[in-house]
Amino acid sequence: MPTVKFTYALKRFFPKLKDTAIAGNTLTAVLQEIEAGNPGVCKYVLDEQGHLRQHVNIFIDGALIKDRTTLSDPFTENSEIYIMQALSGG
Amino acid sequence: MKPTLLLGTRKGFIAYHFLNNQWQVENCSFEGVAVSIAYADPRNGTWWACLDHGHWGVKLQRSKDRGQTWEEVAAPAYPEGEEVKDGKPAATRYLWSMSHGGSHFTQRLWIGTDPGGLFMSEDEGNSFQLVQSLWQHPTRKEGWFGGGRDLPGIHSIVVDPRNEDHIHIGISCAGVFETTDGGKNWAIRNKGLRADFLPDPNAEVGHDPHIVVAAPGNPDVLWQQNHCGIFRSTDGGMNWQDISESEGPARFGFAIAVAEDNPNQAWVAPADSDMIRTAIKGALRICRTDDGGKTWKQLRNGLPQENCYDIIYRHALVTSGDAVAFGTTTGNLFFSPDRGENWQVINNYLPMIYSVQFVD
Repeated sequence: MPTVKFTYALKRFFPKLKDTAIAGNTLTAVLQEIEAGNPGVCKYVLDEQGHLRQHVNIFIDGALIKDRTTLSDPFTENSEIYIMQALSGG
Repeated sequence: MKPTLLLGTRKGFIAYHFLNNQWQVENCSFEGVAVSIAYADPRNGTWWACLDHGHWGVKLQRSKDRGQTWEEVAAPAYPEGEEVKDGKPAATRYLWSMSHGGSHFTQRLWIGTDPGGLFMSEDEGNSFQLVQSLWQHPTRKEGWFGGGRDLPGIHSIVVDPRNEDHIHIGISCAGVFETTDGGKNWAIRNKGLRADFLPDPNAEVGHDPHIVVAAPGNPDVLWQQNHCGIFRSTDGGMNWQDISESEGPARFGFAIAVAEDNPNQAWVAPADSDMIRTAIKGALRICRTDDGGKTWKQLRNGLPQENCYDIIYRHALVTSGDAVAFGTTTGNLFFSPDRGENWQVINNYLPMIYSVQFVD
C-alpha cells in the first residue's frame, strides 16, 4: 500500500492526521479513505468541483502531480504520496 | 450604542467590548487566519466567521457562546458542473457578505461570494444553496466581471425589514440587483449610475458599487459608495443620484455608513482617487453629510494628519447610535462617540481590517 504523508499545517485542523499506509489504486480513492477517518479533510485539499486547491500540492515519489483536475497521476504499491501546502501568502 | 465591535482581519477574528468607558479585547479567534467577514446575527447572537484560509479554501464557522467555542459548518459550495464562464468551473473563492433573513424568516441567512453566486440557508446556516435564479441571470456570463477581486463578487446584501423577501444586492462588477420575491426573480437597478471605466458609462450592467446600504430609518433610501462616486436613491434604487463632491474629497472610496435615526446623514471614508488609493495627501479624514449628500463636512479631529497611508475597506465603517467606528488597511481602529466630530484610537497595531460590526 502507498504511504501518505501530510504537511504539518493540515494537522492544525485535523490533529489526528498521521503518516499512514492507505489502500487505494487512485488518488481519489486514497483521499476518500483519508476522509473516512478524518471527516472534512478533503474539503481542505480539494474544492467543491473535486479539483486540487490552487495552493495545495500533491507529490508522488517526489514529483509534483500533473493532473490537478481529475487527479489521474499513477502511483505504485510502494509509492510515497505527500500532501503539502504551496509556499505562498504573507 | 451597541457595546461590542466585531472585527474581521487579515490575521483573525477579534471582538472588542466597551466597559467602564474603555474598549477591551473580549475575544480573539482563528489567530493567523484571514477573516473576510466577522458577523453577529442580531436575532440570536450567533457569531459567524467567514474564513479565507488561502491554502485550504474558504470555511464557515459559528459560535453560540461569543467566541468561546466554534463549530465549522459547510461553507457555500457551487454545485457540480457550474461555471463562472464557459469552460471555467465555479468554486467558492471568497465569502464577501453575510446577512440574516429577517424576523419573519428566523432560519434564513444569506451569503454573497466571489465568483458571483448568492447563497441562501433556510436552516440557520447548517447548509447553503446557490440561488440559481441570480446565477442564471442572462447578464452574468458576459456582463459581470471582476472589480476589487479577479472575478465578480457579491459584497452587499440589503434585506428590507418591512418585507424580508425584498432584497437589494451589490455586485462588483455588475451593479445593483433587486428581488421582491425572496430571490426568485431579479431586476437590474443601475439607472443613474455611471461606469466611467466602460466604453458606455451608462451600460445596463458592469457597474461597480463598492458597497450598498439602506437607511435603517427609511429603507427606501439607499446609499452607495461606488467606484465612480457616491450615489443615493430615495425610491428604493429605481433611480440613483450622484451626490459626490466634484471638487472635494467625498468622491472616491469604499465604505459608507448611514445613521440609524436619520436617512439624510451618512459617513464616507475617502481615498485620494482610483489611481492613488491612500489617505488624501497623507491625512486621514471621514466625511459626513447631514443633508442627504448636498453638502459634506470633513471630520479630522483625532485622526492622523500626516504620513498616513490608510484607507478603509467597504465593510469597515459602521455606526450605532451616536457612535461611529472604522478600521483601516494599516490595522488602525478608530472610534467616535459623537458622530465623527472627535476620534479616539482603539488600537494602532491590528492586522489589516476587512470588516467591522457593532453588535450587542
